[in-house]
Amino acid sequence: MDKVFKALADPSRRLLLDRLRARNGQTLGELGEHLDMSRQAVTKHLAVLEAANLVVTLWRGREKLHYLNPAPIHEIARRWIGEYERTRVAALADLKRALEEADHE
Amino acid sequence: MSKPSFVYVTYIATTIERLYQALTSAEFTERYMFGRRVESTWKVGAPVRYLGRDGKLSDSGEVLEADPPRRLVFTWRVEFDDALRREGYSKVTFELEPLGGEVKLTVVHDELREGSGVLKGISGGWPKALASLKSLLETGRPLAISSPESASAGEAAAIEAARRTPL
Repeated sequence: MDKVFKALADPSRRLLLDRLRARNGQTLGELGEHLDMSRQAVTKHLAVLEAANLVVTLWRGREKLHYLNPAPIHEIARRWIGEYERTRVAALADLKRALEEADHE
Repeated sequence: MSKPSFVYVTYIATTIERLYQALTSAEFTERYMFGRRVESTWKVGAPVRYLGRDGKLSDSGEVLEADPPRRLVFTWRVEFDDALRREGYSKVTFELEPLGGEVKLTVVHDELREGSGVLKGISGGWPKALASLKSLLETGRPLAISSPESASAGEAAAIEAARRTPL
């Protein structure tokens, strides 16, 4: 679990996870598009994310595609949020989002 | 570009044979897949049926590849909901690889539709089922989990729950 928290402690790595969440299964090149990061830096960050099992890669033909792996974050959530509290936590998160969106209108 | 897909990788302290058995036998699946019992001979071309607690067909498909205990590929169609059923068949792949004292389990669920409701459902369902499977094999006990329906019903259900639940 140390590896997961260390991997998540970096904003560039969280950004890479956000991009995979938006679109799962991207190549290194696609992930680096429109990012203020060198290809080398993206490679390095992905290696840290892979070591933490947060990102997994699968080959599709000649392409190596990167996927967000929900397993480690799910295990963290399970450890500190009971299964039956989750509905309430989700409801509060939805409420916060709804109120904040209303404020922007 | 690849179609929407779900990938889940977990490491389970067990043997590859036991894990394969847990993925393919009803006695195991009913304990970690929200009560669903799986039925199949797991030979290529054989039907795959997941039955809910009420005995009704929940999900169905057909075996495309079988290389026990390392690899299993089958089609998947949700049967318990009309809208999800109309999305048609997607594909599930289980890959098992022994590593040290553990087995690396990779679950890929792909060939899903753009904006798929099934993807939304399985994104909540698989992690719960597979975390429970891991617990079952490592400790002998599955996790206490709520149903995938309540996990995937989304905002409406959460808002409805918030109305009914005193906070």
